[in-house]
Amino acid sequence: MNSLIPLLVAAPLAGAALLLLGGRVLDRFGHWLGTLAAALSFAFGLVLFFDMLGRPADDRAVHVKLFSWIPVAGFRADAAFQLDQLSITFVLLITGVGTLIHLYSVGYMAHDERRRRFFGYLNLFLAAMLILVLADNYLLLYVGWEGVGLASYLLIGFWQHKPSAATAAKKAFLVNRVGDVGLSIAIMLMFTQFGDFSFAGVFENAPQASQGKLTAIGLMLLLAACGKSAQVPLQSWLGDAMEGPTPVSALIHAATMVTAGVYLITRSHAVFDLAPDAQTAVVCVGAVTLIFGAVVGCAKDDIKKALAGSTMSQIGYMVLAAGLGPIGYVFAIMHLVTHGFFKAGLFLGAGSVMHGMDDEVNMRHYGGLRKYMPITFVTFALGYLAIIGFPFLSGYFSKDKIIEAAFAKGGTEGWILGLVTLVGAAVTAFYMTRVMLLTFFGQKRWRPTADTSGSAAGEERMPHPHESPASMTVPMILLAFGSVFAGGLFTLNSSFLRWLEPVTGHSEGHSPLPSGVVTGLTIACMLAGVGVSYLMYGRGEVPVVPPIGSPLTRAARRDLLQDDFNHAVLVRPGSALAAALVYFDIKGLDGFVNGLAATIGGVSSRLRRVQNGYVRSYALSMFGGTLVLVATTLLMRSA
Amino acid sequence: MTSTGEAVQFWVLAVLAVGGALGMLLCRRAVHSALCLAATMLSLAVCYLAQGAVFLGVVQIVVYTGAIMMLFLFVVMLVGVSAADSVKEQLKGQRVAAVLTGLGFGVLLIAGIAHARLGHFSGLAEANAEGNVQGLARLIFTKYVWAFEVTGALLITAAIGAMVLTHREHVTAPRTQRELAAQRVRDNVQVPPLPAPGVYARHNAVDIAALLPDGTVAEDSVMSTLRERGQIRDVSQDMLRRMAELEDSSAEWLGRPASGRPAAPKQRGALETVPGEPTHRQNPEEEQ
Amino acid sequence: MNPVNYLYLAALLFTIGAAGVLVRRNAIVLFMCVELMLNASNLALVTFSRLHGNLDGQILAFFTMVVAAAEVVVGLAIIVSIFRTRHSASVDDSNLMKL
Repeated sequence: MNSLIPLLVAAPLAGAALLLLGGRVLDRFGHWLGTLAAALSFAFGLVLFFDMLGRPADDRAVHVKLFSWIPVAGFRADAAFQLDQLSITFVLLITGVGTLIHLYSVGYMAHDERRRRFFGYLNLFLAAMLILVLADNYLLLYVGWEGVGLASYLLIGFWQHKPSAATAAKKAFLVNRVGDVGLSIAIMLMFTQFGDFSFAGVFENAPQASQGKLTAIGLMLLLAACGKSAQVPLQSWLGDAMEGPTPVSALIHAATMVTAGVYLITRSHAVFDLAPDAQTAVVCVGAVTLIFGAVVGCAKDDIKKALAGSTMSQIGYMVLAAGLGPIGYVFAIMHLVTHGFFKAGLFLGAGSVMHGMDDEVNMRHYGGLRKYMPITFVTFALGYLAIIGFPFLSGYFSKDKIIEAAFAKGGTEGWILGLVTLVGAAVTAFYMTRVMLLTFFGQKRWRPTADTSGSAAGEERMPHPHESPASMTVPMILLAFGSVFAGGLFTLNSSFLRWLEPVTGHSEGHSPLPSGVVTGLTIACMLAGVGVSYLMYGRGEVPVVPPIGSPLTRAARRDLLQDDFNHAVLVRPGSALAAALVYFDIKGLDGFVNGLAATIGGVSSRLRRVQNGYVRSYALSMFGGTLVLVATTLLMRSA
Repeated sequence: MTSTGEAVQFWVLAVLAVGGALGMLLCRRAVHSALCLAATMLSLAVCYLAQGAVFLGVVQIVVYTGAIMMLFLFVVMLVGVSAADSVKEQLKGQRVAAVLTGLGFGVLLIAGIAHARLGHFSGLAEANAEGNVQGLARLIFTKYVWAFEVTGALLITAAIGAMVLTHREHVTAPRTQRELAAQRVRDNVQVPPLPAPGVYARHNAVDIAALLPDGTVAEDSVMSTLRERGQIRDVSQDMLRRMAELEDSSAEWLGRPASGRPAAPKQRGALETVPGEPTHRQNPEEEQ
Repeated sequence: MNPVNYLYLAALLFTIGAAGVLVRRNAIVLFMCVELMLNASNLALVTFSRLHGNLDGQILAFFTMVVAAAEVVVGLAIIVSIFRTRHSASVDDSNLMKL
């Protein structure tokens, strides 16, 4: 059975290789090949999952060593996989949602010339992501980490003919790189401290390490998580990443890759549990991003960017929960999984809307679509209810647990965190209701768009919203099922808690407020958010041209000035430094080198005259040389 | 120590050899240099004989003085017997540097020889016991037989090389006299025969150019080889001077003033030489 | 008299030959100077042979003569062919091998 584990990775990897290296022959059926690879991987995951269910809780973690990767003297790094409850959760999420999104892309990318390549990249992403979650050491995890970064770069810039997409891809890659540096430093620190970077080795030896070292490792891991999961201060790339095709946004920038940071923190719980300072930093990052993303989500008119802000905010929840320690890990992962369902569903819904509206993304140009796209509307609405935490849907269970855990942190800290999460829940309800109302309710505010399909290119026409094909609606429906039932299923009998407890550990917190009170407060906040949003957008006319708004709105529209901040703090000094270095290079180094070359050239052009073509002149130099030789010989002998 | 007789012989031969060498170095004409070198080689041959190298001494005379020097003279004749270096040195500082380097080298070499110590010398009495030629033959055909064979190959290669270098391939059939005559008429440059050299009975010689009616030299009248070497004897000046003298004396006799006509028309620089002396034209470029 | 005097003579002749190569421009004279240098070394070899009491030096001188003969034949052939094309026997006129 364990031999299936490498096949999990091998199936999409082979698919990627085949699709990217195979020629045009594959154009006709390449997309089905890619989907098959993903589905195969999902099937393997299911088999392994049920196999694992059949074993007792202590016996569920499995190690598979593939080969000795870097055997150097006393040091060895193996390419080895570890399949435990945490890994299999991710495997099922990645391959499951991945398969659905592959299916969706078959319809969504039907008219794209480079569809085969797109599926190749998607498969590459799946393989890298599976390596990331299956690795049994940090070095192999790093391979997957870089692999998903690469795939993300390729997919964001998939429509590379658009300058905005190319720029967004570069931005995502560069910002991710900052986080990657953090991860590589963390790995180096582990190596110097423990001489090993397998999970087992690091966690076993962690208690012997000094507090400072552990805090440093924790902070570096947090930096890595910030980069990958778009947490403050490395959050700026996620909004721009929406330039990629919508299935990519759904799979990579909502459901899976951006949650890799949460996985990393949860996986490294042994380190964080021993470094309270690092944990505090994690909580702070989570709390700040939670509010940050929510505020950005409130102001955006671009449907995908509003959802991106929401993603940021929800991952903020997860990071916050992961930072709470053993009381939060399980809930972080639980929210991660439910979020994977409903956010992927929401993105697919958004993609379906765009598909029907001629790739219009501005919500102010939507309105009243519920009649034209019933299936999209229903699935989107279920995802919406799930994310705002409507009772008994997925988001309700997972978010409620996180809020409870935040209160249970105890002391002033617990109160602050609890209030932040409650405010976050209210704001989430506000902006999601806004998205819902602007898109599916109210008057039609459609605008003609440039027709790029027909023969009369450049001519404007009104959009004709229509329901998407089955290959797109079926994944949305399936994901809607997940959005509705996953949370309840996980909470029933605390099944998810018992499932993950052997890996992450769990301790019950002591909340200052009774559980029922917290739940009541959460629902109250949610209802308040919905109500305010309805008052603002549900009743009157929605202006097509956005009003100027308050300074906060204006700032939020600009992603709360994150790019301006980066530009002022990083780009401008960087440019100045580069300019100074260029100046030094031209004047100093080049001056020296060119001067040297000019000197040698001048000396050579003078020496050249020695070669005057006269034989006798050459004979003289030979004779002179002989003279020197004889003189030297005599001197040496007499000396 | 050697005998007094050999010492006397050595000093005489050494003076001869060094004198010959210096003569070769200093003579301007190649022929003289060749003769000086022959003298040096002959004295060296005697030195070989005196030192018991009978075979080499004879070979030196036969091969070097006999064959190689003959070859040199042959080439000298081919190139121009009076060919000599011009006095002007073209390379700046070459002569001074050569002399200095030569002096330094000689001093070092002699100092090196003086530095070496020689207790006693064995002499060749034993080695030459069965005769010098027999001793050499024994060595050549035993110890050095391989080198000897290779030398044969070298000589053949050299012979073929010399033939290849001097051989001129005719790619077309040589033109007949008829064709040449037709070509001359067609070109219309010099249709009648060239003027004959050696005008005036005093100078009935091939190297004296005929004079044109205005008293200048007709160079075409001298064969091209002599022209090439610049070995034309010019008597025009002499004749013109005599004419002028004659006219002057007749004017004096008649009591008329001198004609004032120039003593000689201006000639080309190359021929402005002492009458009767061959002119030397080694470096045409140098003249211009 | 010490036979070493022959070596002094050889050194002197060699130096004169070498200086001649540097000073003279007529290719034929140049060759004569080279021959003089070879002869000087032959004299030294013969003297060495006498000093050491074996005939190897003479054999070497013998080979030198053969090689010198070959060299002269080829060298003079080169001079003749150059003279044919350039009408000059001066080595300074063949100075095209330069920048």
